Amino acid sequence: MSGVGKVTGFLSRLASRRTAEEEAEPVSTRIEPELVVHSKALKKFVASLRMRTSPTLLDLGCVVGANIEYFGEQLGCRIFIGDIFADLDRFQRDQKLPELPAFLETRFPQEPESVDGILCWDLFDFLDKPSAGVVAGHLMRVLRPTGALFGFFATSHPAEARFTKFIVADESHLRHQPYSTPRMRQAVMQNRDIIKLFDGLRVSDSFLLHTQVREILFRRPDYLSKP
Amino acid sequence: MWKRDENVRPTAGREAPVPASQTVSPAAPVSRGSELEGRRQMDAKDVVNIGKSVVVKGELIGSEDLTIEGHVEGKIELKDHVLTIGPHGRIKAEVFAKAVIVLGEVSGNITASEKVDIRDSGTVDGNIIAPRVAIAEGAQFRGSVEMQRKPEAPNAADAQKAGAPKAPEIKPAAPTGPGTKS
Repeated sequence: MSGVGKVTGFLSRLASRRTAEEEAEPVSTRIEPELVVHSKALKKFVASLRMRTSPTLLDLGCVVGANIEYFGEQLGCRIFIGDIFADLDRFQRDQKLPELPAFLETRFPQEPESVDGILCWDLFDFLDKPSAGVVAGHLMRVLRPTGALFGFFATSHPAEARFTKFIVADESHLRHQPYSTPRMRQAVMQNRDIIKLFDGLRVSDSFLLHTQVREILFRRPDYLSKP
Repeated sequence: MWKRDENVRPTAGREAPVPASQTVSPAAPVSRGSELEGRRQMDAKDVVNIGKSVVVKGELIGSEDLTIEGHVEGKIELKDHVLTIGPHGRIKAEVFAKAVIVLGEVSGNITASEKVDIRDSGTVDGNIIAPRVAIAEGAQFRGSVEMQRKPEAPNAADAQKAGAPKAPEIKPAAPTGPGTKS
């Protein structure tokens, strides 16, 4: 008996027991470690904002203090926080997804051609087709001529239910911080589908990241400005 | 018994008589104890609290720091002071203050001359105008953020207001400030 006790004592020393808090933590809220990803398109997006005096930025992601500090204090942007991900999460939880496109019609109160830059992040990977059409239409409406739109589009289809918080580390690096959601990533869009979705914009730059995500920088051509 | 002793005890000639309502520890000198107590009370008075059960509708204007744990609807103006919306605070108002700390819920625009600080339990639905904005992880925010940089020019005007000697009149060709970009 004493020999068995010695062995278990030795094993417990090799692998520490999980604490009560860790065991109580539900799987859905566990957050994976964050990634730091190099971004070429972000640098170009930031450069396009730097060229303007007091630019207006529309961020469709959730609010991130570091991003507010970066775009607000360093670049002097006026920032609109959309947090469409929160709406998506809420509609999914309430099982009211058919009502989402109509709701999204009301979520862009900005004046036409009033925004210099739009951060979509990976929103379109999580939207269904009707909702994506509504959002893309409003983004093209509010974007100023020569303004830029920055987004991520998955090239593979991982069946995952997690949103990502994108935190600007510097103008070439983003920290990807995943967090749980009931919303699954939707079907992967082909390049032609993405271009068709934003038919009022021109693809300025497109890079395939090592995470198998395509980052695309769109610009609104000057010739599309209002007469 | 205690009162009779207190009356019998001789007091120093210069010291002011202590009001009967104040409790004085017999070990400490009377005047020093009451001063400390007074200071403590003064410090406590500098921050006003609106408790959980209080509902205010209308304009709230003040010249001292304020903590709100209740409900306020309308307009809050504390131009040179700090407004703290506690974890139980629910605000549906236009807010003007020197600094605003949000731990509860705010629905309305916030204008601060120094800083807006939204803590992890805070929720803001409205537009923020402040030179500095801090948003903690977990905080919820929807609206716009505009960080106005402080112009240098008004400092001279402030100095004049404060009664400083008037500087010789030199009219600049064009107003300049750090906010103007080349």
